[in-house]
Amino acid sequence: MTATLTATPTLFRFATAGSVDDGKSTLVGRLLHDSKAILADQLEQVARTSADRGFAHGAFDFALLTDGLRAEREQGITIDVAYRYFSTGARSFILADCPGHVQYTRNMVTGATTADAVVVLVDARKGVLEQTRRHLAVVALLRVPHVIVAVNKIDLIGFSAEAFADVAAQAQAVASELGIEGLHVLPVSALEGDNIVERSERTPWYDGPALLELLETLPAADGLEHEVEPLRLPVQLVLRPQGGLAPGIAPDEAERLRDYRAVAGRIASGVVRVGDRVELFPAGTAATVSGIRAAGVEVEEATAPQSVSLEFDADIDAARGALVVSAGTLPAAQREVDAELFQLDARPLTPGIRVLVKHGTATVQAIVAQIESRYDLDALTHEPAQALQTNDIGRVRLRLAADLPLEPYRTSRHGGSFLVIHPSDGATLAAGIVRD
Amino acid sequence: MTLSTTAPATALSTLDLLEAEAIHVIREVVAEFERPVLLFSGGKDSVVVLHLATKAFAPGRVPFPVLHVDTGHNFPEVLAFRDETVERLGIRLEVARVQDYIDDGRLQERADGTRNPLQTVPLLDAIAAGRHDAVFGGARRDEDKARAKERIISLRDEFGQWDPRNQRPELWSLYNGRHTPGQHVRAFPISNWTELDVWQYIEREGIALPPLYFAHEREVYDRDGMWRPVGPFSPPREDESVEVRTVRYRTVGDMSCTGAVESDAADLAAIVAEVAVSTLTERGATRADDRLSEAAMEDRKKDGYF
Repeated sequence: MTATLTATPTLFRFATAGSVDDGKSTLVGRLLHDSKAILADQLEQVARTSADRGFAHGAFDFALLTDGLRAEREQGITIDVAYRYFSTGARSFILADCPGHVQYTRNMVTGATTADAVVVLVDARKGVLEQTRRHLAVVALLRVPHVIVAVNKIDLIGFSAEAFADVAAQAQAVASELGIEGLHVLPVSALEGDNIVERSERTPWYDGPALLELLETLPAADGLEHEVEPLRLPVQLVLRPQGGLAPGIAPDEAERLRDYRAVAGRIASGVVRVGDRVELFPAGTAATVSGIRAAGVEVEEATAPQSVSLEFDADIDAARGALVVSAGTLPAAQREVDAELFQLDARPLTPGIRVLVKHGTATVQAIVAQIESRYDLDALTHEPAQALQTNDIGRVRLRLAADLPLEPYRTSRHGGSFLVIHPSDGATLAAGIVRD
Repeated sequence: MTLSTTAPATALSTLDLLEAEAIHVIREVVAEFERPVLLFSGGKDSVVVLHLATKAFAPGRVPFPVLHVDTGHNFPEVLAFRDETVERLGIRLEVARVQDYIDDGRLQERADGTRNPLQTVPLLDAIAAGRHDAVFGGARRDEDKARAKERIISLRDEFGQWDPRNQRPELWSLYNGRHTPGQHVRAFPISNWTELDVWQYIEREGIALPPLYFAHEREVYDRDGMWRPVGPFSPPREDESVEVRTVRYRTVGDMSCTGAVESDAADLAAIVAEVAVSTLTERGATRADDRLSEAAMEDRKKDGYF
C-alpha cells in the first residue's frame, strides 16, 4: 500500500451567509448548477416540486435544492447549516450554507469555524444592513482567512457602477471598523449568472475576478499558516497493539513491532520529521521522534493537517489530552482564560456556573468566574452584562480545574478555540476563543 | 501490508485531507466511547470506513466489532464478501436479522416487499443489546438533502431518533460526543466525501469490493426506469419482461429495492471515469426506497435509521 501525494485537486471550504431575501439560495443553486453538481434526477425533483408550487414551467425554486427538511419546505425557511459539494478542475469545494435569520450567530459560527472563506451576500438595492454588519462581525472575530462580499441583484440596479461603488464603500467601511483585511467585493447577479462562474460583459467597469474564479485561487487556510508554525499535535490516544497486531503482518515484522508504542493524533500545525526533538505538555518532558506513520503508512515527515502516529526514542508520559510540540515552543500553562464566548444554548450563561471546557483533546472542569461585557453587534461596542443569552457574544473569564495550553486565537486558530459544555447533559453551551 | 516511505508531503490532495479528517473522527470516537461498533454491510461506503479504521490503528488491529443488519434479502456475493473481510481482518461480526423479527411477528412484511425500512428496529435492538454507545456509519452528506444537514458526530436518544431541529453545533474540529445513559451517537467519518471521492480512494488504495460493483451479465427487468435483479425476493411481475444485460451496481442494499445500472465498467479506473460523468445521483439511479417521497430519508432517519 502506497500513499500517493498528488498536488491537485485540493480542498477548499467556504460558507455562505446572508439576510432574508438577498438571494443566497439562488446563489448556492447557481454555483451548484453551473458547476454541474446538480444531477438530472435532483433537478427533475426540484422542477416537479417547483411546478407543484406554481412556479412557471421550466423555472426552478433553487431553495428546494438546499432546504432538505420537511419543516423547511413546509415553512419556507432554512433551519440548519447544510453542506454541499462540488468541484471544478482546480478544486473540490465544501460549501456550508448558513441560514441568516433564525439563530444566525449559531449558524454563522458553525459555518465559519471550519471555513477558508466566507461569502456574505448583500442586496445591491438595500446596501449593507444590520444583519450584514452582524455577519461580518462574527466573521471578523473568528478570523476567517478570506472574506468576500457579493453584492447581488446587480441586474436590478441596471448594472450601475456608481450604485455598486456606493455599496462597496459601505462594506469596506464596516470591514475596516471590524479589522477585516483584504475584503473582496464583487458585483453579481445570482439569478442571471453575472460574475458567478464567468466575468460578465454587463459590468465592464468591474475588472476583478468572478466569484468562482476567486474561490478557485484564494489560498486555503492549511497552506497559509501550518508550514511556518511550530508543531502542535493534540494526543488523541496511545497506540499499544502488543498482542493485538493486525493480521497479515509478517513474523519478522511482528517481532520488530512487539513493543510498538505511539501517540496518535492529527497535526494541528507545523511539520514533524523523524529525528525532531519534541516536548510534551503538560509534563514538560522531551523526546526525539523515532518513527512516524501518516494514515498508518511509515513516512519520514508529516505536516498539518495529517492524521499521524509518532514513536519516540524514550518512554514518555503521553496520554489523551497531552500536546506534542516542537522543542522550545511549550505554551504557558493556563488556569484562567479571558475569552470571547459565542453563546449557543438557550439557557443563559451566568457567573458561578460549572461547565466543562474542551480544548484540543483535553476536557477539563471550569467555572464561569466573571461576565465582563456583551458585544453589541449593531453599535459594535462592548456593553456591561450580567449574563449571556442565546446568540450573544461576550467577554467572559473562566477558571480552569487543570492546566491547558491555551494560545491566543489571533495567532492560532486551533490553540485558541474551545467548547463550553454542560457538565450533566453534555450540550454544547458556547464556542470560545482565547483573547490576547 | 507492505510499508513504504513516501517523499515529504508538500501539498495534500483532496483525498489526503478527507482521509486525515476521517481518521481523526474514528480515533476521537474510539478514545471517548466505551463500546463503538461499525455498521458494516459490505457496501462500498462501509468498506471504506473499515479500511480507514485499519489505517487509524495500524499496526494494531481494528479495536471494535462490526454489525450487519441483515434484511434477509441481501445479495449472496455481498454476504460472502462480508464474511471474508471480517475473517481477514480478525474482527468480530454481529448480525441482526430482520427475518427473525418477521418470523416471530415483531415486524410485518411490507406490501411492496421492501425491507430497508424494516432495518430500524433490529438495528436499535442490536445497539441496546451490545450496549454500544457509538455507532459508525458510512453515510455521506452528498447522498441526500436530509443527510446534508447531519452532523459528523450525531446524538441519538434511547429511541434512536434524530432531531434535526435540535442538533449540536459542530465547531472547528472539536467534536462533542458527551451523552447521558441510554443515548448513543452515530459517527459518520466520511460525511464530507462525495461518491467520486469514494471511488477514487478505493482505486488509489486498491480496496477490495464485492464483485457486483463491477460490470457483469445479469438477468434483469425494467421497473420504474431501474434494472431490477431477478431473484427469489424480487420476482418480475407478469408484464415485466426479463432480459440479460451488462450491468453493475452503484449502491448495494436490499435486493428488493436496489437497482442496477447498465455499464461496461469492469474495473476501478472505468468506474471512476463513469461516475465522474454520471448525470444521475447514485440514490436517484438505484434506490427505490428513496423515491417513496421527497422526505423519505428524513422520515427514516428520525425513526432511528442511519
